[in-house]
Amino acid sequence: MHTETAQSGLFARLVEIGRESARVTERYAAHRSFYAAPNAAPHVPPSPPEPETLYDRHGVLVVRVGDVVVKAHQPDREYGSAFLERTSLAAGFPRIVLGVLDGPYDVDGRTVTVSLYGEPVNPREPLPWEEGARLLAALHSAAVPEGAPSWGRPGRIARLVSRLGNGPAEDAVRRAFGTLPPWIRGEGTEPARDVECVIHGDWHLGQMVRGPGGGWLLIDVEDLGRGVPAWDLARPAALYSAGVLHPEEWERFLGSYREAGGPAVPPAGDPWAALDIPARSLAIQIAATCVISAGREDRSLDESEQAMVDACERISAAGAPA
Amino acid sequence: MHCPKCRGVMRTYTRSGVHIEQCDSCRGIFLDYGELEALAQAESQYRAAPPPASAPGWGAPAPAVHHHHHGGHHRPHHGSVFHMLFST
Repeated sequence: MHTETAQSGLFARLVEIGRESARVTERYAAHRSFYAAPNAAPHVPPSPPEPETLYDRHGVLVVRVGDVVVKAHQPDREYGSAFLERTSLAAGFPRIVLGVLDGPYDVDGRTVTVSLYGEPVNPREPLPWEEGARLLAALHSAAVPEGAPSWGRPGRIARLVSRLGNGPAEDAVRRAFGTLPPWIRGEGTEPARDVECVIHGDWHLGQMVRGPGGGWLLIDVEDLGRGVPAWDLARPAALYSAGVLHPEEWERFLGSYREAGGPAVPPAGDPWAALDIPARSLAIQIAATCVISAGREDRSLDESEQAMVDACERISAAGAPA
Repeated sequence: MHCPKCRGVMRTYTRSGVHIEQCDSCRGIFLDYGELEALAQAESQYRAAPPPASAPGWGAPAPAVHHHHHGGHHRPHHGSVFHMLFST
């Protein structure tokens, strides 16, 4: 796989942590029997004999060592007590979230955690929209544990927009950003929430794996916390609204979420009163990501990336949300 | 052509691809052979069409990107769409 940075020293340390197998194996055996749901076919992919880099981008390094994955988290984020609160919140939902097995460790100032390996979504197969929707509905329907931390507000959007250079596409994204409520732009505080649930906080299809028992689970607990559930539907809603996600796929996702009793949208009728602001926000975030990466690679926007910028134009034309 | 009922003058209009004759005086309508069936068929097609999925006010007027959906066969997402679906 493409390696973004030379992190061989860090790689070796992650492998070492992964191989502290005496402890891990013992816990792992207990976990596997827990996850082996009676109706799910055992789904245990063969372990590769050598440690394998699964992800190496944006300062994050994820290494698979046998049946576990060891992750060095992004260096520039807060991993103090807030992160511990999120990992312990995740531990309360073992059939929805694949939580942290070991750690966090401090490796030369980097936060490192160990989880069980799960097989990611294969983009060449039909996408598990229904399963994702049901996992989110289950998470959103759970009682909010006392003392659960709040999710981080959607701070990525403002960070990305602040990195935009000059150009017509950049201006289109900035104009759309200007229509968002101040708290999303990083000014002021989030208004009182009408609905509050435990939310994943950064859901997309890369945030699901098949757990050791064969069922799908959510991964990545860095944004997990109390929040408005519509934000977990924001990415597919944004891609559908931009014309990038086929309506049929959106309907599969939304329909399954509603069938499973998810509280983010009304059970029937127009879901957009709840979805509008999160979907706008994600459309702007995705457009900013596309424009920045096209600029870095010195290329023009492709059809789908242009569709995201066009969505920003329509957001500006529509004006501030009601 | 004159109206068979009141002898008024009939004019020809085209509605949804169907030619109809309407009387200027009594507003009566004359349909040629097969035209009633054509209208009935158009109506049933309209009723059978699934309601379009709702979208926000700023939604794309039509799918902005050419989707390769043929008879339900799945085509993989790749390139920029892959990143939009699979990464933060």
